[in-house]
Amino acid sequence: MTDIAPRAPAPHASAPSAKTSTELLAIAGLALALAAAPLAAYPFFLAQALCLALFACAFNLLVGFGGLLSFGHAMFYGSASYVAAHAAKVWGLPPEAAILAGTLGAGLLGLASGALSIRSQGIYFSMITLALAQLVYFIALQSPYTHGEDGVQAVPRGKLFGLIDLSNDVTLYYVVLAIFLFGLFSIYRIVHSPFGTVLKAIRENETRAISLGYRVDQYKLAAFVLSATLAGLAGATKAIVAQSATLTDVHWTTSGEVILMTLVGGMGTMVGPVFGAFIILAMQNYLSTFGQWVMVIQGAIFVISVLSFRRGLIGEISNRFKISL
Amino acid sequence: MIPLLGITTQALFAQLLVGLINGAFYALLSLGLAVIFGMLNIVNFAHGALYMMGAFFAWFLLNTLHIGYWPALLLAPLGVAIFGMIVERTMLTRLQGLDHIYGLLLTFGLALIIQGLFQNYFGSSGQPYPVPDLLKGGANLGFMYLPNYRAWTIAFSLAVCLLTWFAIEKTRLGAVLRAATENPQLTRAFGVNVPRLITLTYGFGVGLAALAGVLAAPIYQVRPLMGADLIVVVFAVVVIGGMGSIMGSIVTGFALGLIEGLTKVFYPQAANTVVFVVMALVLLVKPAGLFGRKA
Repeated sequence: MTDIAPRAPAPHASAPSAKTSTELLAIAGLALALAAAPLAAYPFFLAQALCLALFACAFNLLVGFGGLLSFGHAMFYGSASYVAAHAAKVWGLPPEAAILAGTLGAGLLGLASGALSIRSQGIYFSMITLALAQLVYFIALQSPYTHGEDGVQAVPRGKLFGLIDLSNDVTLYYVVLAIFLFGLFSIYRIVHSPFGTVLKAIRENETRAISLGYRVDQYKLAAFVLSATLAGLAGATKAIVAQSATLTDVHWTTSGEVILMTLVGGMGTMVGPVFGAFIILAMQNYLSTFGQWVMVIQGAIFVISVLSFRRGLIGEISNRFKISL
Repeated sequence: MIPLLGITTQALFAQLLVGLINGAFYALLSLGLAVIFGMLNIVNFAHGALYMMGAFFAWFLLNTLHIGYWPALLLAPLGVAIFGMIVERTMLTRLQGLDHIYGLLLTFGLALIIQGLFQNYFGSSGQPYPVPDLLKGGANLGFMYLPNYRAWTIAFSLAVCLLTWFAIEKTRLGAVLRAATENPQLTRAFGVNVPRLITLTYGFGVGLAALAGVLAAPIYQVRPLMGADLIVVVFAVVVIGGMGSIMGSIVTGFALGLIEGLTKVFYPQAANTVVFVVMALVLLVKPAGLFGRKA
């Protein structure tokens, strides 16, 4: 099995602290840039972009570090979005409880779908996750709680902890930024924990990990649930930001988009998916008047990335300068 | 008319017929996917888009060149197969030795490009394609009305499926193909041009998808997204059957079409989801699929 995120061997394999510190620096730099970002762009657009960026990072945790390509991650993003929207609108929960409910819902869905799909290898895993996501899509289409094609609209943003009014876009943006940084830092900690190291070992050589006595399926399932939960956090936050939950969030095109973001930014890099998400969103924004050409261009980016740009943007930079980002 | 559990036999058989027709398309498409996967180790995500291209090829032939259904049944698969072989030679061949997921991602990108281009020119609406004169009308079988074209679709796809099975399992060419699947290096050492065989195999698998597209054109409307919705179901069918066996994918295709038809009669709300539910149940019992070998 060839590796999924092609990367040159680290030049100083004996100095892991240098590797992790560049990643931490990258996260810190990103945090600073994002904190200043409302000076340059609309906070509402930025808040939406951060939700997708967190979604891409959660997806990357599974594919970049676990080597598992899920083709159905929209089911976690979308269903968490529905649960959070329902909780905030119908049950009248405050935003923090609504987001928590959506995140937990996605985690449970991840546990169920992961238990079904994780036993299958490689390409079967991708097809099974795609099919399960389609099942979730049809449930979302027909369930009375989701309002079919209309989706859940006019979700109240409410007050965070009863204190912070989220109706102001700038306030909302900084709350979303805090959630995003929490998610990204969690992923950083997961990847560099002993658990993350075993996960990477399974990605590199599963048979050997089994022979070393690791219960590979349990590790993979745990990674799947973590990734699903964080994707759910992104989706639930998005429901509060956009004040809606729609069928688009749970459709397979969203699963495809998150793969594209991660691929363009760099699979298996820490901050790559964030850049990928911003690049793809900016492209969609500028090309929104060109109708279906967006789809064609996204397809072309897929083809070009796979043929000659497999490391992605951040992956290329990190490979060129021999640093881990 | 004998009502059965509150459902007339008329309705039951009508839905079973629709199920069989869907099953025929599932079988043709999953057969092509299995053949391609065997040789190229690629799950061809563009299969649905190429199925749609087959239907549009026939539509173009009719509306611009006034070439009818029967020549289109041969020309459309041929044209799409040539397109597929060019794609294989220029792109897919460069993915050899890489992880399987890159093949899936590349063909997914291709599917987006093809579907996007067709949507630009045709929108999302459907173009009608008439039933050929020879197959107009139908037969009253007493318990149900059987349109000739639908009977032809089922019979013809079944014949194509069985012929493919025969060619792969029972002929010398099939033996070479299976040998190249099992061990490409050794087969090359015996003087077989394996890269050419791979290209032809991809062309053949893609041609089967286009053939299904032509068959579908008079039944469903010719739409740019007609394959996008289908391919996910076909993936589920492939997972249920397991990609190891040719006969397995044919049987599973038809069986799931029938199950879907029956669901439409007894519990229509679940008609869209039943294939995925069956997939989940099969995975619980046999993770490698019904006919698959453990990977």
